[in-house]
Amino acid sequence: MKSSAFELKHARTLGEATELLAGADGNAKVLAGGQSLVPMLNLRLARPKLLVDIKRASGFRELAADDKVFSIGAGWTHAEIEDGVLEDPTRGLLRSVAHGIAYRAVRNRGTMGGSLAHADPAADWVSTLAALGAVIVAQGGEEQPKRYAAESFVDGAFSTKLGESEVIAAIEVPRLSADASWAYQKICRKTGEFANAIGVAVLDQKAGIKRVLAGATSGSPALLPETAARLAEAGPGAACEIAAEEIRRVLPNLDIDTQELHAVAVRRALATLGGRQGR
Amino acid sequence: MRGRGRFVGDIHMPGLREVAFLRSPAAHAKISSKAKSPDHAVDTFFSEDLIGVSPIVTRSSIPGYKVSQYPILATDRVRFVGEPVAMCVAKSRAIAEDLIEQVEIGYDDLPVIASCAGGRRENAELLHPEWGDNLFLETFFDSGVDEVIAKAPISVELEMTCARQTMHPMEGKGVLAWWDDRADQLVVHTSTQVPHMIRAGLAECLGIAQAQIRVAPPDVGGGFGYKCLLQPEEVAVAWLAATFKKPFRWTEDRREHLVAGANARQHEYHVKAYADAQGRLLALDAEVSVDTGAYSVWPFTACLEAAQAGGNLPGPYHLPAYRCRTYSVATNKPPFAPYRGVARPGVCFAMEQVIDAIAQKVGREAWEVRRDNLVPASAMPYTNITNKHYDSGDYPEALVAAKDMIGLEAFRAGAKRDDRGRYLGIGFASFTEQSAHGTKVFASWGLPLVPGFDQAHVKLTPDGALEVAAGIHTIGQGLETTLAQIAHEQTGVPLKHIRVTLGDTATTPFSTGAYASRGIVMSGGAVSRAAEVVAGRIKSIAAHLLQVEPAAVGFAEGRIFAANASVTYEDVGRAWYLRPDQLPETVNTAGLEATEGYKPEVDTGVFSYATHAVRLAVDPETGLVEILDYAIVEDCGRMVNPMIVEGQTYGGAAQGIGTALFEESPYDDNAQPLASTLLDYILPGPTELPTFRIDHRETLSPYSAHGIKGVGEGGAIAPPAAIVNAINDALSPLNATIRQVPASPQRIREAIRRARPSQATESRRDVAR
Repeated sequence: MKSSAFELKHARTLGEATELLAGADGNAKVLAGGQSLVPMLNLRLARPKLLVDIKRASGFRELAADDKVFSIGAGWTHAEIEDGVLEDPTRGLLRSVAHGIAYRAVRNRGTMGGSLAHADPAADWVSTLAALGAVIVAQGGEEQPKRYAAESFVDGAFSTKLGESEVIAAIEVPRLSADASWAYQKICRKTGEFANAIGVAVLDQKAGIKRVLAGATSGSPALLPETAARLAEAGPGAACEIAAEEIRRVLPNLDIDTQELHAVAVRRALATLGGRQGR
Repeated sequence: MRGRGRFVGDIHMPGLREVAFLRSPAAHAKISSKAKSPDHAVDTFFSEDLIGVSPIVTRSSIPGYKVSQYPILATDRVRFVGEPVAMCVAKSRAIAEDLIEQVEIGYDDLPVIASCAGGRRENAELLHPEWGDNLFLETFFDSGVDEVIAKAPISVELEMTCARQTMHPMEGKGVLAWWDDRADQLVVHTSTQVPHMIRAGLAECLGIAQAQIRVAPPDVGGGFGYKCLLQPEEVAVAWLAATFKKPFRWTEDRREHLVAGANARQHEYHVKAYADAQGRLLALDAEVSVDTGAYSVWPFTACLEAAQAGGNLPGPYHLPAYRCRTYSVATNKPPFAPYRGVARPGVCFAMEQVIDAIAQKVGREAWEVRRDNLVPASAMPYTNITNKHYDSGDYPEALVAAKDMIGLEAFRAGAKRDDRGRYLGIGFASFTEQSAHGTKVFASWGLPLVPGFDQAHVKLTPDGALEVAAGIHTIGQGLETTLAQIAHEQTGVPLKHIRVTLGDTATTPFSTGAYASRGIVMSGGAVSRAAEVVAGRIKSIAAHLLQVEPAAVGFAEGRIFAANASVTYEDVGRAWYLRPDQLPETVNTAGLEATEGYKPEVDTGVFSYATHAVRLAVDPETGLVEILDYAIVEDCGRMVNPMIVEGQTYGGAAQGIGTALFEESPYDDNAQPLASTLLDYILPGPTELPTFRIDHRETLSPYSAHGIKGVGEGGAIAPPAAIVNAINDALSPLNATIRQVPASPQRIREAIRRARPSQATESRRDVAR
């Protein structure tokens, strides 16, 4: 279980990283924290000719904020987010999710951008950022970066909209207001395992955000707009009543057991939200 | 933990070449073609290149046992996914793996046997065509049950299955072999539990005299049974070293272990039990199938598992009548191996569910029915219906103590669900475990190598320290500590001056090795005997130096006393080795060293026993189980070192929880393994394990030195049974029952779904079982 041979280049800047990618004819992979990629290399499931290491490259750890959006550089680690090294524009959701990713050794190296690019449907950021309505900013060869909606960025298991010579530079996360409430429920076999089902609910009437999502599906996470609308209009209890039915409708290819498990995750997220609102 | 261990993977040697194996992707196929890359032909090896090498052949003296030819590298057929087909050598493992990719093998698929049922089907494809069927062995035992069955007031019938598993020692298998020109000897550093047996096995497969092979295992990072076998990779690497007179190493990686090492636990039980109206057992009628895999391992044969299952199913209970048929079915999976507890986790899982089912049928608490059926202390020693000789203990007392520890009465008076809506339950499992079984037992299982007297060598050095050498090996079970304790007990030499050497065939006397919870009983007994002999000689010389009779001499505080006068061990050592002029002509010329052999007077095994009790919560929506409390009352006779006893119990119970809730090597209908990484093969971690509460009993064995019994395996036996009984107790308001391990969340959700009123027909069928 050793990797096949590859060339390793250390990019000094974001621009250099995209140049290296552009020159590799699609035979390159970006190495950030390596927590998903290195196992894939060792299993020889990933066999790039070139590995572009961006760990020390400039341009991946920028932070930019205005009153609506907080932009997080793709190279920040889960542990840094967990520890509150940078501001959490979601009033605790990002920190809480980061704390539950795998275990600390993985969090110390794994990055938010790397997790999104790897696009395991069960990964926490894939669901969380989709539920928040975040925007993924990717830099390719052109001057202007590309902007992808997080909810449709992952378009299948281990598959994204990212172009061959593009690299994720930052993630723009909408700011939640003081009125906001959120809940995140993950059902998994044991501590640190990938989820079997994820339920996320974010409600911020002031900022106009009302989103409910079923994640850890076999492909991209599924937004539940009807449940979300119900949540905004009639509260979590009412939303719970229709969640299972909407999940069956938007995820028709899953077996009944899996649909039910997703419904449990979403209902529990909604119930937690209800508990928080009641406080 | 100081990181000073030295495992196979830590050894550096000039010119060391790393070995990678090409493994079969097909579960069952004829090999139609083999082609090496022309650039790397000299570094690539097929079966036909291994001149002089014999396959691993395990004979058994049991009538009807069918012998398999387990090739070192596949010849014309492959029989499981992961079977070694070719090997490549290179200066690094990565390059060796590159070379492997350039080897081309053609496979013509054959029909696949992916289950016991598949193997026993009429006109099934034959794994070993010369056999005529797919059964390594079929056994039948009947004490005469028909009459009892006809009159029995109540009966229950259960079908139960245990998943296939890997053993997953922290260090995988590894072997490094080189040729010692000076000694004209093949030296094999292998991660093994049984170095002296490996020497015998290698000699047989390579056609080399045993004296020309030295097996010198370094530190071993866990064995659990996986490393008590001669493996094809071990033979292949030894052949490379013997042939090319250079060092070669193979290190098993996780993927190899998960695929080619999925070799344990997979049993199927169909049990009918008969009892009186109070739930007292009258008869058991059982059928056990073991998914034995493609070949027999060496030396433990392909029928050890089924033999143990059939023989141990009655467990710690008084059973008047018993019928059991066992099938050891050859399938297209890795060869079955004896994993910690060997068959007894499955047996306990089956029997303890039977007891609970009987209790439910007669409307009593399961622990009461258990207590009424356990062999009472007054009956000890007790010979059971399968001729197992239980030496000592109070089984019912341990059960009652466990029941009290877990707080059953208070629990029954409380709520059945917690504030999160989870269902709560308590489950019990009692077992008795034959440990350190000796010559007769292994001979009756037909093994090609039968353990006899374990030996140990003890020697006082000229400066008064003690050297202890035993052929058993240390695999993390603390033998360096416990054997030193025993040597200290006999000689009085302070522990810090006792040095224990284990395993190396060049420096230790013969032992069949570390397996069957035998180390502390057998090697401990041998060290005790040898140390006792040396102690006598120390006393003689000390008596002479002190000018008293030997009988007047005693050991205390690290010195040798006669009344108030004393000498040191160094005085004694110096007298014998360096100043013999001080000694009389009558001195014992055998000196201050002795090799002694030992086996218990009655060597049918000493029986450790325990009851495990668990309280847990089941989330009915997710199927997730949380263990809330776990109590163990265990008795392993004299505890040489309580901390080590508890360590063994914790570790075993952790593995048992893995079996109960997490670990599974699933296969599809084509016998393709579906869990080849740790993403799919779930091991329990620290947060999944409870704080085990352990209470000890110390009933000495009447048969073994110091009354010691084995303790290495017991912890792993009861958890699947106790946990599934607790889950079924928790789910009883839903009428849901689970009869399978691991009791995964999905299986629990399915069980609950099956029991829902809307599927009433399904549910009735399950209850009827």
